[in-house]
Amino acid sequence: MNERRFIDNSRLIIEALAQAGADIFIGYPITPSNLLYLYASQRLPMVLPAPDEITTLQWMAGFSAAGKLPVTATSYPGLALMVESIGMATMMELPMVIVLAQRLGPATGTATGGATGDLLLLNGINSGGYPLPTLCISSPRDAWELSAKALHIADRLRTPVILLASKETVMTVQDVDTAALPPIERVTRRFYTGSGPYLPYAPEADGVPPLLPVGNDRYQVRLTASTHDQKGNLQHSTPEALANSRRLAEKVERNVADYTFYEWDEEEADALIVAYDVTAAAARDAAALLRAEGRRVSLFIPKTLFPVPPKYLDIVNRYQKVVIAEENLQGQYREILFGKAGRPGVRGVNAIGRLITPEEIAAEVRS
Amino acid sequence: MSGRFLSTENLPFCKGCGHNIVSQNLEKALSAVPGLSPLDVIVVTDIGCIGIIDKQFTTHTVHGLHGRSVALAAGIAMALGNPKKKVIALLGDGGATIGLQHLMEAAQRNIPLTVIVHNNMLYGMTGGQPSGLTPRGFKTPIMPEGKPQNGYDLCKVLHAAGAPAVRRLLALGDFSAELTAAVQVEGFSFVEAVELCPSYGVKFNPNRKIDDIAREAGIEIGWWETPVPRTPFRAERHERCGSLLEREPSIAAQYSSPLTGRYTVVLAGSAGEGVQSAAEYLAQAAISCGLHATKKGSYPVTVGVGFSMAEIIISREPINFTGISEPDAVLVTSSDGLGKVRGIVEKMSKGALYLDASLDAPATKVPLVKHDFRGPLGGRSAVYVAITLMLNRTGVMPSEAFFDILQQKSLGKKLDFGKLRQVAE
Repeated sequence: MNERRFIDNSRLIIEALAQAGADIFIGYPITPSNLLYLYASQRLPMVLPAPDEITTLQWMAGFSAAGKLPVTATSYPGLALMVESIGMATMMELPMVIVLAQRLGPATGTATGGATGDLLLLNGINSGGYPLPTLCISSPRDAWELSAKALHIADRLRTPVILLASKETVMTVQDVDTAALPPIERVTRRFYTGSGPYLPYAPEADGVPPLLPVGNDRYQVRLTASTHDQKGNLQHSTPEALANSRRLAEKVERNVADYTFYEWDEEEADALIVAYDVTAAAARDAAALLRAEGRRVSLFIPKTLFPVPPKYLDIVNRYQKVVIAEENLQGQYREILFGKAGRPGVRGVNAIGRLITPEEIAAEVRS
Repeated sequence: MSGRFLSTENLPFCKGCGHNIVSQNLEKALSAVPGLSPLDVIVVTDIGCIGIIDKQFTTHTVHGLHGRSVALAAGIAMALGNPKKKVIALLGDGGATIGLQHLMEAAQRNIPLTVIVHNNMLYGMTGGQPSGLTPRGFKTPIMPEGKPQNGYDLCKVLHAAGAPAVRRLLALGDFSAELTAAVQVEGFSFVEAVELCPSYGVKFNPNRKIDDIAREAGIEIGWWETPVPRTPFRAERHERCGSLLEREPSIAAQYSSPLTGRYTVVLAGSAGEGVQSAAEYLAQAAISCGLHATKKGSYPVTVGVGFSMAEIIISREPINFTGISEPDAVLVTSSDGLGKVRGIVEKMSKGALYLDASLDAPATKVPLVKHDFRGPLGGRSAVYVAITLMLNRTGVMPSEAFFDILQQKSLGKKLDFGKLRQVAE
């Protein structure tokens, strides 16, 4: 028995985060993420309106340090103001989820226009290149499943996680069979349960130090945004402190197989279409168009965008012809996968200020 | 002086720095709070000289960004929501200048934490630049002629913002009792300790004493208290609604449609005239006919002014791409809407244009249906007339399916369905 509802992905994202165990949404207004804020106010156990984006991230960091799982939603202008605090949360190793609904830039750009133009920023969001797990939704099913996954990853890896979307993927309304959505697993917090003394940055085998909330009655907790040793004491550049900094990247990268999400439908084909976010829907139709013409084409929809899973390089390098469609000028994910030098046979379909159509993608594959 | 809260008397500050005195007073102040243990205290430090003290505290410590310690501390305090736990933010006048907004917010909300601003009238760690609190005439390395304007009075600003307990003192001697009192305030408490930086303040302002500087600059030493205590802020947990999905009713397939493929509609009108809602209702009606549907909105950032446009796809098959390259029907109810879709209409090679009778028809190759959408039921119902007419003309689905959806909305109580049927004939 299906249950068809006419809903947007913002609703699915917040419901999934709620069921997964998000404790609080800290919000401030910004288009196109306002629906997320609204739904959170109706669903999450706690909602705080913050006065600005920097306060938002700082309050989230405070809640996270005290053992809560905080969530917010923003767009580029807000993200830009959050960046320093996201770095702080990365360094302190504070779990949280930031939903980023991209819009048309540069600067304030067009608040009600879609785009996928923030990938290069996200790829280097931390000074020094310490990646943050970044999951990108491209369907209602993704909005449901990846939102919950984002919260799980944040807890498991003790890190901020970016859930990437765009104006169309958070605001377009579509019919969804909600009875077909799989159950959400609630996060069981990975807190320190040892017998002390507690070292806030002493990792377990997977490179992740379990969190013990500040304010607890058992052991002292030191958190810091500055280069530090395992005790959380400031160090200039001692081997221990630098090893700790290196671990921040390693814990995210070495565990990426546990959160590598993608769709890849056919191994044997003459060409590969790559698309994510809103353009993934156009790519699905393009693949169907081309197959109806008798062409052998494969479709790859990456969902874990950062860190780039090694598996992706294996996939894209199997094909002579790779067409990457994305709503930005440069071909940002193309550049991330293949570098500025590119590779023969790799092409982009790019546009700003409008949706890329299935016909455009199909034409590039045919050419 | 080492103690329960500070592990050593060898603090990491310059000889003669007021930070030493404030820290020793804080140790004594915390020791005087009955039953308080180090693990009941969370010290949050800012960037600057005061931010290098964490290691000496036996409490929980959190060291964040420049100017943000008060916001970070506020987050911790709100999350803990436990009067037994004392959250204390330590920052300088530079951090207070950068993060003034955070101080205002904590004061206004009466967030339960204590903020101690070590006001040595300049940014010490970076070479002695003036801050927002530097008084007029006070000399610093980058402004050796002295600051031309007075610093702002942080105590009065925060008291005006709602801080229930504010005090300013000179960082001289034993003022631990005042800090004990501040820590024991149930809500937000603020202490400004006025100091003189031995490295830059003394060097550039020789022979001036801290109390003279304060007096000459009009820096008032004293207490500002709210006579009636305000309730401290608590981030309450709420039992919100159940599932967000269930808030949106599921739509049963109770009508049928002859549509075998896809039908695409562009609805364009004026903001504030229900275009987006009507588009959703049309899509919901399609779902009630067993079809798939999507709706995309387009409008300027203004609310209630300018155009409002929606794209609706109705399809027998599931929908991936939600864009419409060439619509089957364009419904225009106002000149705002026409302005937005004129380009689409001019390129149309199939389908039909449904246009309000008041509008001049644009150049188009497709059949034009002109009809008085706005007159019979008013401008706010024009979209319903237009959609009903389109459904009646095309037969893409029964208009009763659309009416059925409308009747489930609050709008349905106001809409004259008899007249709607009549005018959309």
